[in-house]
Amino acid sequence: MTAAAQLIDATKKYGSVEALKGVRLDIELGDVVAMLGPNGAGKTTSISLLLGLRKPTSGKALLFGMDPTNVLARSRVGVMLQESGVPQMLKVSEIVDLFRSYYPNPLPRDRAIAMAGLEEKANSLVKELSGGQRQRLYFALAVCGNPDVLFLDEPTVGMDVEGRRSFIERIAEFAHMGKTVVLTTHYLEEADQLARRVIVIDRGVVIADAPPAEIKSKVAGKRVRFVAPAVDEKVLQGLPVSAVTIKDGSVQLLTNQPEAVLRALFQRGVEISELEVSGADLEDAFIALTQH
Amino acid sequence: MWPMLVRQTRAEFLKLWRVPAFSATSLLLPIVFYAFIGIGQASQVLQGSHVTFGAYFLASMSVYAVANVMIFSFGISVATERGMKTDLLMRATPLPPLVYLLSRCITAIVFAALTLAVLFPFAYIAGGVRLEAEQWFTLAYRVLLGSIPFIALGFAIGYLSGPNSAVAVINLIYLPTAFASGLFFPKQLLPQIIQNISPYLPLYRFGQLGWDAVGAPTSESVSTDWLYLIGYGIVFFAIAIWAYRREESRKFS
Repeated sequence: MTAAAQLIDATKKYGSVEALKGVRLDIELGDVVAMLGPNGAGKTTSISLLLGLRKPTSGKALLFGMDPTNVLARSRVGVMLQESGVPQMLKVSEIVDLFRSYYPNPLPRDRAIAMAGLEEKANSLVKELSGGQRQRLYFALAVCGNPDVLFLDEPTVGMDVEGRRSFIERIAEFAHMGKTVVLTTHYLEEADQLARRVIVIDRGVVIADAPPAEIKSKVAGKRVRFVAPAVDEKVLQGLPVSAVTIKDGSVQLLTNQPEAVLRALFQRGVEISELEVSGADLEDAFIALTQH
Repeated sequence: MWPMLVRQTRAEFLKLWRVPAFSATSLLLPIVFYAFIGIGQASQVLQGSHVTFGAYFLASMSVYAVANVMIFSFGISVATERGMKTDLLMRATPLPPLVYLLSRCITAIVFAALTLAVLFPFAYIAGGVRLEAEQWFTLAYRVLLGSIPFIALGFAIGYLSGPNSAVAVINLIYLPTAFASGLFFPKQLLPQIIQNISPYLPLYRFGQLGWDAVGAPTSESVSTDWLYLIGYGIVFFAIAIWAYRREESRKFS
């Protein structure tokens, strides 16, 4: 199987800050991958290296086995960057056409515009688009070249819930075409919904790389939440809990034995209100994995 | 590569054409200056020659217009794209940097030619400027060829300034320099201090090429003017390349 994109022991330093520390990453053709991590984890840096926008301080980045700055590699890749811009005084149809001309086998223009839901705005100038419409334009520009691999760096940041939901559907549509998708996000629902493989990255290091279900199973299965003023960690001593967060009297923890934990808390005289017990989702797994 | 170049050039042209602050100003400002300053004394003959003020001012405004197009279209568009982060996105596409550069150069030359296509007939009709065919032609090609150093200057400014400061920098420097270079009235009418500096200004040397083409008297020979321009060209290119490399190592290394 050909690796679509690889980082081989890639390290990236900005001055004295080490954004990536010897990261090893292999993305195969057909993967639908979400890179999950808090801000500053190294997600954007990883993408920048894979796209040849930045060079690794040591180690290597490869796209289809080539240097990512190679035009042949770039012509098989579509990109939606976190920091991006487009000329304001071109029409949507004009700029989509322009980007299509950079690629050997582009999608038909109207198809690319339709995939982004911008049919009504096809003749508008870029500067007339709203924020959400502009994000969708970036998506159209990313897919119009009919790339084999689509890179999306935090594509739904700044969107409202509805916008995010429909955007994820568009990405899923693209993935169903058999394409490879690499998505970075700190929205855990996106990773959960879209990805067949989740790579958790924190402080420049990969700390997990598995399908979403497997990552969820690595951490305790139930999430318990309640409100208990004037409580601290001591009250949970000796209990089978993990990923404990206590803030202003709100407590959240993960456990495989919620009943035993609650019984112990009642016995220790803790007054509880607003109790919630639910299945741990990817968010909890994520917090558990990245908590220090 | 050619279809890509044609598409990219068309897009670059539309990007500038649709900004009236650039396109209308570039095409109309020289005519406005000519109408206010040139027409009134168009038939007056300059001292010590048989060239009319109308012809002299045509040469001045041709130089002004074309250098203006080069500096603005490269300076401001580069600075703006850096500010809007368009350069990041373009970088990730397979568009070869050479095509990107060529498309901008072609666009700038087209705009420069358009300004002359508007200015020349205006001077002929409203200013009564009459020149030999060869003189029209020499003026045109000298002005286009001599603008090359200003392309480099535009790039240098574009890579060194932010999007807001680029406009300010260019506006604050360009018009006064044009005055000091004797583009608006002959050098002799400027204060002595400025007269001492003007021969060293690139716009002055550029202006000399134009004035010589219409038969106005110039100090020194045309070859000296070309040498100055080539020298300035080398300096501006060196600065532009340095600024570009600095940008590369900051953003893309």
